[in-house]
Amino acid sequence: MELVNIFIKSAFIENLALAYFLGMCSYLAVSKTVKTAFGLGLAVIFVLGITMPINWMINTWLLSEGGIFGVDLTFLKLILFIAVIASMVQLVEMVVEKFSPSLYNALGIFLPLITVNCAILGGSLFMVSKEYNFAESVAFGLGGGFGWFLAIIAIAAIREKIRYSAVPAPMRGLGMAFLLTGLMGMAFMGLMGIDPSAF
Amino acid sequence: MAEAAVLEKKASGGLLGKKERKLLTDPLSDNNPITVQVLGICSALAVTTGMKNAAVMAVAVVFVCSFSSIITSLLRNSIPKAVRMIVQLVIIATLVTIVELTLKAVSFESYKQLSVFIGLIITNCIVMGRLEAFAMANKPYESFLDGLGNGVGYGIILLMVAAVREFFGSGSLFNFKIIGGTPEFLINTTESWLFGWYAPNNLMVLFPAAMFVIAVFIWLHRAWKPHLVDIS
Repeated sequence: MELVNIFIKSAFIENLALAYFLGMCSYLAVSKTVKTAFGLGLAVIFVLGITMPINWMINTWLLSEGGIFGVDLTFLKLILFIAVIASMVQLVEMVVEKFSPSLYNALGIFLPLITVNCAILGGSLFMVSKEYNFAESVAFGLGGGFGWFLAIIAIAAIREKIRYSAVPAPMRGLGMAFLLTGLMGMAFMGLMGIDPSAF
Repeated sequence: MAEAAVLEKKASGGLLGKKERKLLTDPLSDNNPITVQVLGICSALAVTTGMKNAAVMAVAVVFVCSFSSIITSLLRNSIPKAVRMIVQLVIIATLVTIVELTLKAVSFESYKQLSVFIGLIITNCIVMGRLEAFAMANKPYESFLDGLGNGVGYGIILLMVAAVREFFGSGSLFNFKIIGGTPEFLINTTESWLFGWYAPNNLMVLFPAAMFVIAVFIWLHRAWKPHLVDIS
């Protein structure tokens, strides 16, 4: 039950995209159509869900004072986390290039840029600061990824609809995407402070 | 062969020819990293509550962006495709560490305020985005100009957004207090007969405000340069 709470909390209340505004670059650039947004969302769920437990293991067993080296190595945290994330993204890139060349072309530069998607590194750093255990970190990773996935699908769907509206020409596309994200973020601020364990 | 080489030299026109100037000035407006390429948004949201933070961040990004471009471009032929992301990130992380330690030595006060944001440069998409898109396929000097131009283009937008947010959110610029409700402000709204109606807009300090401000900048930018308008 505790794990379900963490999943819901990380997916909705502490949504990485709309409550913390992490991973905005790919969020805004790839949300033109629901189809590409869906592909990127799945990739982010996968990378977050895998890197979170790996980074948990690295942090607890190698870097912290109770680890195998017996010394506090947490200053290496950033470099090791980003190396794990980079190798996972490289893996995802190879798989996507092989199995879905059309998605590979649609994502373009934003596929390798999942590496520097702040949502993923930010998620790992949140996981450390919240002192989750292994199972909780898996739930947090999957929940965070799912929340980001929902957010990018939502904005892609809105942008597909709004294409047919009479928006002033300079605001079309990117301008409206910024404005909508700001409004969605304000809406999500209303969810902050809800305690899911109260239900 | 020799003639071709001479012609090529004429076309490129030395150290700052037409092509090089274009590389340097394009990212300032027509190919701006934030308003056109959509790179580096996260940090633009996080550090633009005050102009001082934004200025330090802009200088740091210009440095990291231009020098990581040179290094990646020099190594571009010997990096295997399968590990290129890790190599790029190691280069970026090294430069960011240099910036962090320099700041710590030069000005410990601003280091204490900014150390979190400086670490964020590693995950700033502009740096890795330009490495992927440009430096992996071009010569060192051109990559340097591209990195420099993109860093400066990012810095300009960052300072503009920070100016709007700091002035309307906290009533100050570069921590110099201009308008507000307490005596240390230049214009004290509780006593002034002219500005008694003024109250700072607290929304400007929150994240969504940065989105709105950037959206307005995109609007102005594209109204000024209509060929950038999104037709899709």
